[in-house]
Order: sequence, then structure tokens, then C-alpha cells
Amino acid sequence: MRLLVGLPLNRKIVMKSGTTVTIVDCGMGNLQSVANAFEAVGALACIARTPEELSAAERIVLPGVGAFGHGMTKLREGGWVRKLEDEVRGKGKPFLGICLGMQLLASVGTEHGQHEGLNWITGEVRRMVCVEPSLRLPHIGWNDVRFVHSDGLYEGLGESQVFYFVHSYALNPDDGSVVSGVCNYGTEFAASIQKDNLYATQFHPEKSHRAGLAVLKNFARLGG
Amino acid sequence: MLKKRLIPVLLLQNGLLVRSELFKIHQVIGNPIHEVSRLNEWNVDELVYLDISLTDEYDLRREDHKIRNLTHPLDILAAVSKTCFMPLTWGGRIRSVEDMRLRFSRGADKVTINSEGVRTPQLITDGAKAFGVQAIVVSIDAVRHPDGTREVRIDGARTPTGLKPEEWARQAEDRGAGEILLQSIDRDGTGQGYDLDLIHAVASATTIPIIACSGVGRYEQYAEGIRAGASAVAAANIWHFKELADRGGKRALSKAGIDVRV
Repeated sequence: MRLLVGLPLNRKIVMKSGTTVTIVDCGMGNLQSVANAFEAVGALACIARTPEELSAAERIVLPGVGAFGHGMTKLREGGWVRKLEDEVRGKGKPFLGICLGMQLLASVGTEHGQHEGLNWITGEVRRMVCVEPSLRLPHIGWNDVRFVHSDGLYEGLGESQVFYFVHSYALNPDDGSVVSGVCNYGTEFAASIQKDNLYATQFHPEKSHRAGLAVLKNFARLGG
Repeated sequence: MLKKRLIPVLLLQNGLLVRSELFKIHQVIGNPIHEVSRLNEWNVDELVYLDISLTDEYDLRREDHKIRNLTHPLDILAAVSKTCFMPLTWGGRIRSVEDMRLRFSRGADKVTINSEGVRTPQLITDGAKAFGVQAIVVSIDAVRHPDGTREVRIDGARTPTGLKPEEWARQAEDRGAGEILLQSIDRDGTGQGYDLDLIHAVASATTIPIIACSGVGRYEQYAEGIRAGASAVAAANIWHFKELADRGGKRALSKAGIDVRV
């Protein structure tokens, strides 16, 4: 099997099938790699630089790297919070949070002090606890994710796949039933969540080669 | 379980891919953009690009590569990141938070800083605050003196610092580094294997992941680096001169009982 590399993007075909994803650009890092990965699986990736651009979006992606408080500040200052509430929670558009974009869904973040999150998923983002000295933080690298839900993002991917993680904090949802994938790094933590139209991954699908591209392809098909 | 990573390091000099020996000898071996497509197809764990140019001149020189002539490293980064669905670390000549931002905005996932981190350690902290600790890799080049002691050198091994590698690594962690890329100047390009004492000393002094580099000449040497305490093993030259270097390396690690992504 070969990875789909540098697939020429035929925009006409893509537009016809209507598979578009809109990526939130609120100044939280590397969006281009997310856009590139979506285009590699045949979706048309738009980047929204203002909240208004989300009105026309079919599917919304919130990527992000960095600290929790900084991320929330960016969302608030840019006027994104209200608009995301309307489009994702109000209109029920499929939503994918990646890494920090997953953590921001929580009620509270505890990185560099207590910060309020979007509170779409009741729970807290806490620093991971590594009991064994051989386990280092950040949790960086490829780790197994065992799928709890085999639909949604993980359709056709079997029982588990290896994805790329890079983080020191993880989301602990109060309601365990929203966890769609589990990863183990000393202890088990939520690698991904799924609740109605909300999807989120702690790992980076855009950096996880074939398995990651398959996840993005599945997301691009949602709600279509 | 978290896999041990196997990472190719690509060295860029004035826009061309080079192989390096003892940080002194650099031979042109190819085109930086073609190489990344090949590594992408091999499904490698991660990529590290180090721009080791000393001057601002960039030239892909040859017209027969049939690709756009990219003359600036940031353009090369942008082109590379387009076909790179794996983590990409970019290093070389990063002297400010703005330099970092320019690299992240062109598709780097992590940046690695070396000389400027020693000169201005605050840069590590500022970078970690702006982009998160996971995005800041501190690169350490260590030399072993004839009396067996080790020292950190900067500016492509030309400038001594008086710092011990393990002490500097610990300081870098305290200041916000998320990983250490550890190179040995006297093993570079020799194929003699990693400086295992160096890896052990630095890994013992820190709690962040260590990426070991320099000296790999045989696949079996990767496992030695992991056993010495590295979380990831990297190499440069071996990736260019052996066929299927990823599969060979992974197979050797796996045979040694180390959990890798296959």
C-alpha cells in the first residue's frame, strides 16, 4: 500500500460532491497541514479567518496547538465562541476538534492556572500523570488507539490503529460514554470523543499518515 | 503502548541536501523536496530538517529536477510540508520567536533551536509560551575531549561553551524545552554507533524525550540508543545510502524487542 502523496486536487469533482470542510484560523498554529491533509483525501478545505465565514461552512474543524488559556483567549478575542455555539451547537454542523481543539471543548482547563473552556463536554483538562519514571512528558509519538465506537471517524478502521500524539494534558470527560477511542500512556486516557455532531481527537490525524487520512476522510463524509 | 520512534534527519545547506561528517565535511547528495516524497511513501515516523547553511545563498543549481527552483529555506519548508503527513521538525538559524512563527506558519510542527538557545536561553521559554513546550526542541551538539569530558559546542561545532551536555539539557528542560535532539560531533558521519554514555547522561538528567542522533552506520545500533535511554533514534547518512532504510531500521529495532510502529 502506498500513501496518497501529492494527489492532484480536481476541484471541479470535489465541488460537485460537495465535500467541504472549513478550518477555523484563530491564530493557534499550523492549519496548513490540516488543510493539506483534507485536500489529499479529496475534500475541499477552506480556511475561515473571521467567524462570519463559518455561516457558509458545512463542516467545521478546530485545530490548535499551544496552551489552553492562550487558545481560549484567541477564541474569545476573535469573537469565535458565540459563532461556534450557533453553528455547531445550534445548527448541528459536524465539528472536529484536533489536539488543543479537543481540549477546549471541556468545562475547565488547568494548564498554567484555571481557565474556562467552551463547556461543550463536561469535564476537566488535566496534566497527565506518569507514574513510571520511564514515561516522559510530553507524550510524544505514535501510540495505539483502541476504538470504542467503530462508526463516525473510525468507520472501516478495524479495532485499533496507531496515531501520532503530542501533548502533556488530556481531557477527562465526566460522562465516559462520550469517549470513542482510548489510549494508554501509563494510564488510560481519552484519545478521542464523539457526542452527537461533536468529534474530537487528542492525536493529530493530519500527521498520522494513512490511518490519520482515513479519519479525516470519514469526517469529510459526515453530514453530507 | 507508545512506540519508539525512528527519525531521518535531513541536512540542508544552501538549498541542497548534504551528508555530513564530523560537522566539517559536507557533500551534496540531492534535492530536498524529492527526498521527502520518498520518505513519505516509506511511511516514516517523523522528519527532522536542519538548515545548516552559513550564508544566505540558496541554490538548487540543477534544472533537471523538474521541480520549481526554490531558493529560500522557508519556501523549501512550505513545499515539503505540502506532501508531508507526518510530524515535521525544522531547525537552523532560528534566532527569535518571530523566526519560529515564520516556520510554524509554513507547516513546521516543531522547531529546534541550538546556538541561539545557548546565547539567549530566554528564547526557549518565550517559544514554549507562544507555541507550547511540545513545539520546542532544543538541539545539543556535544564534543568529547581527549580527557573524556564532554562539552556543548554551538555555531556548527565551531564555538565552545564550557557547558556540560547533561547540565545544559536539564536547564533547557527547566526553561521549557519539550524534547532534546542530541548530536555527537565526533561521531557524526563515522558510522561507529551512538555515543551511548552521552545519551545515558543526558537522558538521566532530564524527564523529556531524548532523540539520539549521530554515528549510526548499522541498523543494529538504533536499539543501543534506545537502551541507553533515548525515546527516539535518529540518523542522517544511513537514510540516503541504504535501500529501504526505514524497513531495515524498524526490523532491527523490532528484532531487539523494541516496540515500533510497523
